[in-house]
Amino acid sequence: MSEFRYAVNVLPKPGILDPQGRAVELSLPHLNVTNVSRVRVGRRVELTVTADSEALALAVVDALAKEMLSNPLIETYAIALLEATSSAVSSGAAGAAGAAGPAGAAGATQS
Amino acid sequence: MRVGVVVFPDSNSDVDALNALAVAGVEPVRLWHESPELQGVSAVILPGGFAYGDYLRAGVIARFSPVMRGVSAFAAEGGLVLGICNGFQVLAESRLVPGALLRNRSLRFACKLVDIKPERLDSPFTRAATGKLLHIPIAHGEGCYYADEATLDDLEANGQVLFRYVRADGAPALDPDEPANPNGSLRAIAGVCNAAGNVAGLMPHPERMSESILGSDDGMQLIRSLVISAAERDAAHGPAIVGGTR
Repeated sequence: MSEFRYAVNVLPKPGILDPQGRAVELSLPHLNVTNVSRVRVGRRVELTVTADSEALALAVVDALAKEMLSNPLIETYAIALLEATSSAVSSGAAGAAGAAGPAGAAGATQS
Repeated sequence: MRVGVVVFPDSNSDVDALNALAVAGVEPVRLWHESPELQGVSAVILPGGFAYGDYLRAGVIARFSPVMRGVSAFAAEGGLVLGICNGFQVLAESRLVPGALLRNRSLRFACKLVDIKPERLDSPFTRAATGKLLHIPIAHGEGCYYADEATLDDLEANGQVLFRYVRADGAPALDPDEPANPNGSLRAIAGVCNAAGNVAGLMPHPERMSESILGSDDGMQLIRSLVISAAERDAAHGPAIVGGTR
């Protein structure tokens, strides 16, 4: 078993009104910032999945992202793998140490 | 007859809903969120508030609560379910009614009296309405009704738009930025129902206008509609279904 750390980045769909983004944008002149536009405010959820493989872990995160972490009617999401580590608990013997996937690799999917 | 009001952590209009049901002459029943048992109620109200703190998105955590398993089963059998404010958000997140509630376009929490108009008087939720404007409170930060254009067209064609925000003259407040449309809802939609017509949600609070001592009893038109419809359904189908046992 390995542990996979993911980030799920959720954003309002293009074209969907984003009052938070608009509020940020409208405040920019107060900071004397004039060259920033198209601000969108979303949310980022980080979580760790324990699974036998990265594919199995990703399936869990993808289902969660679709079902709960985002609302597909109004939001899109992207999944990024942050870190993968083999669990020391299940492998008393050596040899099971190979962590799957390079840390920081981004296996992004978009819905 | 018994009508249930679901109590989630951070529900805050549950007591108002229970009171409105008592005013309507039925036995109000609290339905705790941790149990899928609906205790033989004849209809269910999902009340206003901030279920589970509105964390993640308003209504989404509540969607996965045990009581919603019971409510979904009850709705699938044709049981009447009315979601008010946060209850509407829970129904939308549960896909029991179409669409989604976005943050108010005004960037403000909207807490005031608005005018809404029932679009039809033959639904289980509006049959006791007079058809006149209802002067009724809203209190929400995420009430901007959204669905894509095709869905909106379908809703209109199927008669699923139950309430719209209107101007004082009764005309729908179709411009999302006009004051009579308090949250920017598309096509001024304040409430919708599912295709089958037995599950409805609206952002305004009829249960807070349930007695003249509260300033108005306009809201009782909707509460009474629900009660009459539930009684009629009981008469047609025998005793109330004990939903949510599976």
